[in-house]
Amino acid sequence: MKIRLLAGLLALGLAAGCGGATVDTAPSSTASAGTATTSGAAGTVKIAINPWVGYEASANVVAYLLKNELGYQVELPEIKEQLAWEGFETGDVDVIIENWGHPDLKKQFIEEKKTAVEAGSTGNKGVIGWYIPKWMADEHPDITDYKNLNKYAKLFKTSESGDKGQLLFGDPSYVSNEAALIKNLKLDFKIVTGGSEAALIKGAQQAQAQKKPLLFYFWDPHWLFSKTELVRVNLPPYAEGCDADPKKVACDYAEMDLDKIVSKKFADTGGKAYDLVKNFSWTNEDQNAVADDMTNNGMSGEEAAKKWVEANKAKWQAWIPA
Amino acid sequence: MSSTAVSTPSRFRVPGWVAPTGIALLFVVAYLIFQGTGTLPHNSEAPQFAAVTELREWIDDHRNDNPVFLYFLNYIRIFVEALFSLLQTTLYALGWPGLIGVMGALAWLAGGWRVALGAVAGFCSFGVFGLWQASVDTLALVASAVLLSLVIGIPLGVWAGLSVRVRKLFTPVLDVMQIMPHFAYLAPLALFFHIGAPAGVIATMIYSIPPAIRITALAIQRVSPTAVEASASLGATRAQTLLKVHLPLARSTMALAINQTIMMALSMVVIANLISAPGLGSDIIRGLSRAQVGIMLPAGLAIVVMAVVLDRMMVSVAKRDPRNKIGRSSLVVAAVLAGAGLIAAPLLPREWPANLTINLVSEINDVVLWAETSWFGVTSFIKDTFSNLVLNPLEHLFTSAPWWLVAAAVLVVAWRISGVRPALTALACLLAIALLGTWEHSMRTLTTVAVAVVVTLVIGLLLGVAAARWDTYSAFQRPLLDAAQTMPSFVYLLPALALFGTTRFTAIFASIIFAVPPVVRLVEDGIRTVPATVVEAATSAGSTSGQLLWKVQLPMARRAILLAANQGIVMTLAMVVVGALVGAGALGYDVVLGFSQRTDFGMGFVAGVAMVLLGVMLDRITQGADRRPSPTKGM
Repeated sequence: MKIRLLAGLLALGLAAGCGGATVDTAPSSTASAGTATTSGAAGTVKIAINPWVGYEASANVVAYLLKNELGYQVELPEIKEQLAWEGFETGDVDVIIENWGHPDLKKQFIEEKKTAVEAGSTGNKGVIGWYIPKWMADEHPDITDYKNLNKYAKLFKTSESGDKGQLLFGDPSYVSNEAALIKNLKLDFKIVTGGSEAALIKGAQQAQAQKKPLLFYFWDPHWLFSKTELVRVNLPPYAEGCDADPKKVACDYAEMDLDKIVSKKFADTGGKAYDLVKNFSWTNEDQNAVADDMTNNGMSGEEAAKKWVEANKAKWQAWIPA
Repeated sequence: MSSTAVSTPSRFRVPGWVAPTGIALLFVVAYLIFQGTGTLPHNSEAPQFAAVTELREWIDDHRNDNPVFLYFLNYIRIFVEALFSLLQTTLYALGWPGLIGVMGALAWLAGGWRVALGAVAGFCSFGVFGLWQASVDTLALVASAVLLSLVIGIPLGVWAGLSVRVRKLFTPVLDVMQIMPHFAYLAPLALFFHIGAPAGVIATMIYSIPPAIRITALAIQRVSPTAVEASASLGATRAQTLLKVHLPLARSTMALAINQTIMMALSMVVIANLISAPGLGSDIIRGLSRAQVGIMLPAGLAIVVMAVVLDRMMVSVAKRDPRNKIGRSSLVVAAVLAGAGLIAAPLLPREWPANLTINLVSEINDVVLWAETSWFGVTSFIKDTFSNLVLNPLEHLFTSAPWWLVAAAVLVVAWRISGVRPALTALACLLAIALLGTWEHSMRTLTTVAVAVVVTLVIGLLLGVAAARWDTYSAFQRPLLDAAQTMPSFVYLLPALALFGTTRFTAIFASIIFAVPPVVRLVEDGIRTVPATVVEAATSAGSTSGQLLWKVQLPMARRAILLAANQGIVMTLAMVVVGALVGAGALGYDVVLGFSQRTDFGMGFVAGVAMVLLGVMLDRITQGADRRPSPTKGM
């Protein structure tokens, strides 16, 4: 009896595992387990959440429309930029709604592993840079040239940066050339990681309001620019290919067309949800409005998305697939 | 055991301080001459790191065609994923009324109406916080990890309990596993099991298995030999003796083992979110990366509530008299509870009704903002002064000292406190850290740990001595310590973050409040176990209570205090590393970075290894107390 059972199990194992098991031969992805109890739902879409509010704004608006216009379930798992790309393979992620460049990941996951595909521009133009509060530029007009940063390095000293100037950085997962820039431009600065977008915002607001020196990493589109006056420091201008080798970067960040990346699986079987994601495209002002509501007006992502959706019917109706 | 401790202090007074001072002077002079030379500055492009990053790229490329993955590791992944989704689907299928009813029923059976009420209220609170789904995900993760831990751990524990040889084999491995900070487990798991829920379950399982093995072994050992002999002489086979004598008699200790396993799993499950496991950890990490205590606090509370509910249930199972069978009336009540929930499930809305949730995010954020702004002067003063006067100079000392000088210092200190063999192990760990290319960051982490440990010990000694001297104070403190020790470690990050923002100081503050409770407890117990006769003799010889403390109680409790230091160090290290999430740099940050940026994966992985080495080193240095604490207490 026992032997027969064992033989049966073995046969079953062999049959199932004829070619071995690959990562995506998972029995059922976690999401479908969650929706098993909902009958009649169109399915579940997992949009990875990256840790900055502009991203969340886009994700929440798309999620709101998927839920309320197309009847999908939406999950918004907190997965950082590069891990999210890996999530395409394991089924933990269907959509990255705002991708900042990442040519290396595109090569690896889209061209080589073929687990991801591009789903078009979000309409947002993104650019990363180094910023200072406006009062500093007023007092020291030449500070906006990177060549003079060393002259002012002392001003930026903090208890965390020791005897060098502090360059405040955000979340560890952000796109970053900072280490290479400091090294290659021979700047007397140390990267201090604030750990979050919030730390950058708080730092910037305090710096302008209390006239404290601060040099920090930041990016546009961002609602902060409409509330606090900031000035960008000019690094050597970007030229095509100057950032090709991450270790040798000595130029400013390029302006990027932010785009959407989805898993191959979702592109093939996502149906209307995929079409909506592909059609989604809005302006920096749209995103900033939603992000501002989420950060400063006490709204949850869903509430802010609802407000925008109700006020901009014409815009989003073009995204809804027929 | 205590006699050795008394004889040392008084007799050789002169050489007693001359030799250490001389050696210390020697080190100071050597440092002054050689500082700045022989340092090993951090290089994030070190070949050691690049090699691991490449290995990871290779594995990622061959995950689906290499036989080891195809026929072995991926099957484990699939099996664990199936188990997780089975549990998750089941829990979801019960619906919220069903799950609350079933938990209430189980709690009723475990410990009567109080525990049942606690369970029902606790599970309702998940819904009220608006975290029902995340909580159920976490519960499913914990349940899968604990199930696997028990299925693997209990047989191993029984084996270790029955055989001395196996026990000797397991002990050092388990020791190292318990010294390892949570963070160190993540990178290797991501390497072999990819990311997502299954990898999270496996990480949690590995972290939570040591108590399952340890305590089971202990329980089996403790079964009275006469009972075993009686059973054998009555002609029972070994299997019969095991099933009918060992296991039933070890039952209540085993319940504790399960309890400890659950608690460990709960504290790991949050960290597992860093490799994309779902659940409450996601909210905590979200709050951390938005610097919003308002998002984290409800999720943190939900985990604490879950820990307390499960803890109460398991503790009541452990305490119950085994001869006292569950009565029919209890069964009826339990059935009614569970039944009511299950019947209500299809009638009530599928999701927890939105009007029954309280959203406190913005209120909590406001309070934190108020605290931040109104105490900003004080907190930033404390933080900056501390950083400038203590942390930065010390960090400079450790990083500018030549590596051989640090190694020599570690060797000498470890030798003096713990003896030759531990000293050599400590030295070997330190040299390995240097070879791995993580010297500078390890020294920075060591600085943070050292500072936190010193403060922890000072506070722990004060509170412990106070508790040992005044019973009323002790009675007041005990329940607080109990509660503190049930909480998962990262919960302590919250108040620290609210007060100090993200800096190294925040991590130190959090690790101090995390490590103080067990230290207090060990110190108090140590002083209380000083024999009453000795105390009386000293008192009748005319010593004042101060003399009694300094000359008798503290020296005699030396072992317990050393043990407290050891525990304090292990816990502080674990916490300082997790503190990378709130601004502590160095090794912990390397691990976080390793998950955030693919090109730094190797550095994160190696940093994880370095943490383990650092942990073993610190443990060996303070191992003068030759026995680890009984695993049923403390961590």
